[in-house]
Amino acid sequence: MSNKILEVQDLTIDIPTPSGTLHAVQKVSIHVDRGETLCIVGESGCGKSLTSLAIMDLLPKKAMRTATRLELAGESVFEIGERRMSDIRGNRMSMIFQEPMTSLNPAYTIGDQLTEALRRHRKVSRSEARDRAVFLLEKVGITAAASRLGQYPHQLSGGLRQRVMIAMALMCGPDLIIADEPTTALDVTIQAQILHLLAELQREFNMGLILITHDLGVVARIADRVAVMYAGQIVETGSAAQIFSAPAHPYTRGLLACIPIPGKTERGAHLGAIPGIVPSLVGKMSGCHFASRCPEVQQNCTSAPIPQFEALDPGRSVRCLQAENAAMRSAGQEGVA
Amino acid sequence: MSEVVLEARDITRKFMISSGFMRAKRPLHAVNGVNLKLHRGEVLALVGESGCGKTTLAKMLLGLLPPSSGSLELDGQPLASLSHLDVARIVQPIFQDPYSSLNPRKTIGNIISLPLVAQGDKDPASWRQRAEEIMELVGLPRRVYNNFPSQLSGGQRQRVAIARALINRPRVVICDEPTSALDVSVQSQILNLLQDLRQELGLTYLMISHNLAVVEHMATRIAVMYLGRVVEEGDAETVYNSPRHPYTKALLGSVLTPDPNLGVPDTHLGAAYPNPLDMPSGCTFHPRCAQAMPSCTSEVPLPVPTGSGHVECNLYEEEQDKMRMTS
Repeated sequence: MSNKILEVQDLTIDIPTPSGTLHAVQKVSIHVDRGETLCIVGESGCGKSLTSLAIMDLLPKKAMRTATRLELAGESVFEIGERRMSDIRGNRMSMIFQEPMTSLNPAYTIGDQLTEALRRHRKVSRSEARDRAVFLLEKVGITAAASRLGQYPHQLSGGLRQRVMIAMALMCGPDLIIADEPTTALDVTIQAQILHLLAELQREFNMGLILITHDLGVVARIADRVAVMYAGQIVETGSAAQIFSAPAHPYTRGLLACIPIPGKTERGAHLGAIPGIVPSLVGKMSGCHFASRCPEVQQNCTSAPIPQFEALDPGRSVRCLQAENAAMRSAGQEGVA
Repeated sequence: MSEVVLEARDITRKFMISSGFMRAKRPLHAVNGVNLKLHRGEVLALVGESGCGKTTLAKMLLGLLPPSSGSLELDGQPLASLSHLDVARIVQPIFQDPYSSLNPRKTIGNIISLPLVAQGDKDPASWRQRAEEIMELVGLPRRVYNNFPSQLSGGQRQRVAIARALINRPRVVICDEPTSALDVSVQSQILNLLQDLRQELGLTYLMISHNLAVVEHMATRIAVMYLGRVVEEGDAETVYNSPRHPYTKALLGSVLTPDPNLGVPDTHLGAAYPNPLDMPSGCTFHPRCAQAMPSCTSEVPLPVPTGSGHVECNLYEEEQDKMRMTS
């Protein structure tokens, strides 16, 4: 069995709007191995959430999804029918959403919602499902788990609700979990606990994890590999160490300069900023999407689409002509010497 | 020490919470005896988890909610004796969500000049010019004067909220999570702007935030709140470099700096933030405290003065007792 549980190649999502086609996601390629954490970072509107919905086959009807490859544990999502997809969704892969407040059904008890997926996917009795729910609630650190099953979402705090969401995602023992901003709505102390828990459970069950976030602190602490998205494209990928120690794309560098780092950034000093705003993704675009905000923009940046440049380091790629040129130059110098 | 602009003396606020049909209401102490002094020109950061009373405290300081007991002084005058308009001239808020804090049916110009209208400003002819001046100051292009909030980006909306707060030249600005609804690149722009404005206009900030990296960057003083009380307060530098209260330590320990060599910290705080209706006995933090002692379940810690502020923790009370005994 291969270790790769998700393989996406050239995923493109177009959404028709009254003013033209919105190119929300353009040729995104990602893969996740068993036991690996991939973080997708980017600001709002960069297409990171749509990418995850496309993988789960949960896109809104009018969004058009194309890809040269979209495989889950070796099965192509395009070939299997909606029925088989429902068997996989919530079973082999599951999702943790950002707001536990809105993604739990207020009219059903925690117990009903926890056991629903397991009863749908596996032939288990009510009491077996219940036992599994109690086991997982304890696993995610909820005390008096058995008594929680009869409670409704409004009776739990935000941190507890998010733990319930995680337990729910684990019910069927999935191979892949996609967590879309799982800690954004939570306090810092709870955030640390939830991330700690996710990392621990992932190791224990050897799952693949895709974590979607805009918080670079979270990314640095939990990611094995990082994909930075900007305006519908992946602009840079690499290991967490590579991205944070030697960011190759000007956007990644800009993002890192924007956040104050206690102990490093001088207190009260000006933070870095990325001037301008994200370009509209409606209609045809040419050249580098970041060109209008880039401090290192050159003439050739805006003329043609920028290809993914792969030859930086193994496992690394960047979508930037200047980074490519710089890499070529240093390679050339090495060759001469 | 510089002049005190805003002072809270032992203020409390309790809410009566219904516990069901035909049952007696129970008091919830949202703010439970807080002493704060805001000096001219400083940035006091108020940090703590949700539900600790930060926002209730801010509402009282804005004069929007009367305290149940204790007194508030603004510029040396009791806040209770001032009218809403007087308070609004001195203290102004900036809220978290620039999407819901601006009226969608008013133009940007109307929103920004509304405080002038509300204050009954005597010189209507100058309103437009003053609005445009303040727009320039916060980095908004003049051409958006007649636009509506929905036509602006999140960062621009927050600039509108800042312009509205500053048009009457207040002395104190209370920023309730001013950047947490914004993207990272926009957040840094707004923080830079707030820093510039503070220097240019001599403003004093009370910043409420749960983003401790932002707090560390902006604040000159830090007050840590837990269950309605300020459990540690002091210079930003001291609190950051040598936190004393175990809760402050846990909070600082959970800041995720972008360092891929470090893993996710384990805060040892336990899952449960206590129910404020049913507060733990003794030190309210003891059920979650890593350094709790048997006496913490019964003894309420008293404020112990530190170099630049105070800490409320039994660990240091003993220390202080010992010092008293030996001297």
